Amino acid sequence: MNHDAYDDNYIRSILNNVKSIAMVGASPVNVRPSYFAFKYLAQRGYDMIPVNPGHVGKALMGKPFVASLADIDRPIDMIDIFRNSSHIMPVVEEALKLSPLPKVIWMQLGARDDAAAEKAEAAGLKVVMNRCPKIEYGRLSSEISWMGVNSRTLSSKRAPIPTQGMRLSLNRTSFGGGQTAASDRAAKNKTETT
Amino acid sequence: MTDRLPGFSTLAVHAGAQPDPTTGARATPIYQTTSFVFNDADHAASLFGLQAFGNIYTRIGNPTNAVLEERVAALEGGTAALAVASGHAAQLVVLQQLLKPGDEIIAARKLYGGSINQFTHAFKAFGWNVAWADPDEIESFERAVTPHTKAIFIESIANPAGSITDIEAIAAVARKAGVPLIVDNTLASPYLIKPIDHGADIVVHSLTKFLGGHGNSLGGIIVDAGTFDWSKDNKYPMLSEPRPEYHGIRIQETFGNFAFAIACRVLGLRDLGPALSPFNAFMILTGIETLPLRMQKHCDNAKAVAEFLSTHPAVSAVNYAGLPGDKYNALQRKYAPKGAGAVFTFSLKGGYDAGVNLVSNLKLFSHLANVGDTRSLVIHPASTTHSQLDDAAKVKSGAAPEVVRLSIGIEDKEDLIADLDQALRA
Ligand SMILES: Cc1ncc(COP(=O)(O)O)c(C=O)c1O
Repeated sequence: MNHDAYDDNYIRSILNNVKSIAMVGASPVNVRPSYFAFKYLAQRGYDMIPVNPGHVGKALMGKPFVASLADIDRPIDMIDIFRNSSHIMPVVEEALKLSPLPKVIWMQLGARDDAAAEKAEAAGLKVVMNRCPKIEYGRLSSEISWMGVNSRTLSSKRAPIPTQGMRLSLNRTSFGGGQTAASDRAAKNKTETT
Repeated sequence: MTDRLPGFSTLAVHAGAQPDPTTGARATPIYQTTSFVFNDADHAASLFGLQAFGNIYTRIGNPTNAVLEERVAALEGGTAALAVASGHAAQLVVLQQLLKPGDEIIAARKLYGGSINQFTHAFKAFGWNVAWADPDEIESFERAVTPHTKAIFIESIANPAGSITDIEAIAAVARKAGVPLIVDNTLASPYLIKPIDHGADIVVHSLTKFLGGHGNSLGGIIVDAGTFDWSKDNKYPMLSEPRPEYHGIRIQETFGNFAFAIACRVLGLRDLGPALSPFNAFMILTGIETLPLRMQKHCDNAKAVAEFLSTHPAVSAVNYAGLPGDKYNALQRKYAPKGAGAVFTFSLKGGYDAGVNLVSNLKLFSHLANVGDTRSLVIHPASTTHSQLDDAAKVKSGAAPEVVRLSIGIEDKEDLIADLDQALRA
């Protein structure tokens, strides 16, 4: 798996197939990116579970916080990790102890841990790093185009009118996958400077 | 199903557009409305807090404009774009995200005269300083870098002389200095040059020119390449610091590789106000659908006219990068192999007066201050667009007194050549 540039089909199949998402590092503070993403994914019909030991006893959009992945009472399809790169490994190790195993480990925008990714992939999980599921969902459904973002997709079908709780089709024709000359260059610049 | 990269012409027609959700209208509707109703109070709060995708008020975003934005972002290979009222507004909004009073920008000396004015006078009044460098001498950019430098600004094909800039060489200077490279791609359009492929971090356009292409609508656009790390050394607090206008959101952390386009929208356009009319967005979108056809014809005609002028007895010199002997011919073959654009200058043996006479004798060419129209245009820069510069600066920016600038249209080239011939003889 090339973690610098994902094919749209890879991201699309993940977002089309997962139903429950545990968000590690979810914040109840309404200006944090995790709060935005949690709320959006819940509105698009995913079964969201906020995980954060600092907020047990509170709820996010009516969903009670749990302290750890082990405290979740139902199988989870995807773990979305809203932590810095240095805090990824312990979360992945905890995830790999779950039964049944989750299907996907997703690390947020800015987060990347190649060793943790390798470990999860060795156990048969799919891994996405340094991406936001809200942005990817918005891009593949073209909902994000309302903000001038290049969805890198085309469609000659009538657009849906998104309403509360509605799942959108992510099956538009993609071009260029996650790869643009610019994204390759950005990834390269990053490794050169760090 | 594997992802297939559509060609430029397909993107020019389709990118960003989709049949209208409510009516099925196939052409992009003109959403001529100032504002958009909210579903409920929570939806309104989510939109204002940047938590949800959607429309609020046309100064911040509009569905017609959004189609234009995605289309140009796709054509340039960027992550996102923001359309604004004019090319000048695009430059203002870009620099507002990057510069504080006392900061500096390094700009190529060969720029559109209006941009030289904007940087020298209007921006100086904001405390934004400009250091000029010569695109024909890359070291002059390196020498101009100081601890206050926040960006480098160049034109891909420079107005007025149609000279071609070595984008990759200047991108290397920008990368070394840790600042973004901004490229004004107005005269090339993405059909001829895609600056992001050569290292640009931000592309700006005057949509007024070849992209709109019909001389009927002003517009500008900012394209985010998604390549620059704005948070690296806190040099760009608009993107890296918590924003008080949005309860402490950090723009780059929240929006990732299209953070710059979002900053331009929610911090720049929202507060400075130069919004593009949805009607103009519609006109420009319609123009873009034929960009590849028009641009090729513009270039082919321009080359024929330049060849004609280069052998004319009244003409002392022609600056057209598409001519084999031209100083910029090697750069043109590298950066713009499909054509050298349609804006160029030539010099008359008869000097300033011959320039003024030529302009008044032409019958098909229109004498006006614009470029990138379907119609062929002519201007004498020394007495018009560049008249505010002193003589030395006129020469340095390619607008000496004997120089005439042409913007070649998409008419039949034989008619353009005949018109120039009669006017030069008259
Ligand atoms: C290269 C270039 N950049 C910017 C501009 C400014 O664009 P506008 O007139 O749309 O503000 C122009 C206009 O002539 C131009 O030629």
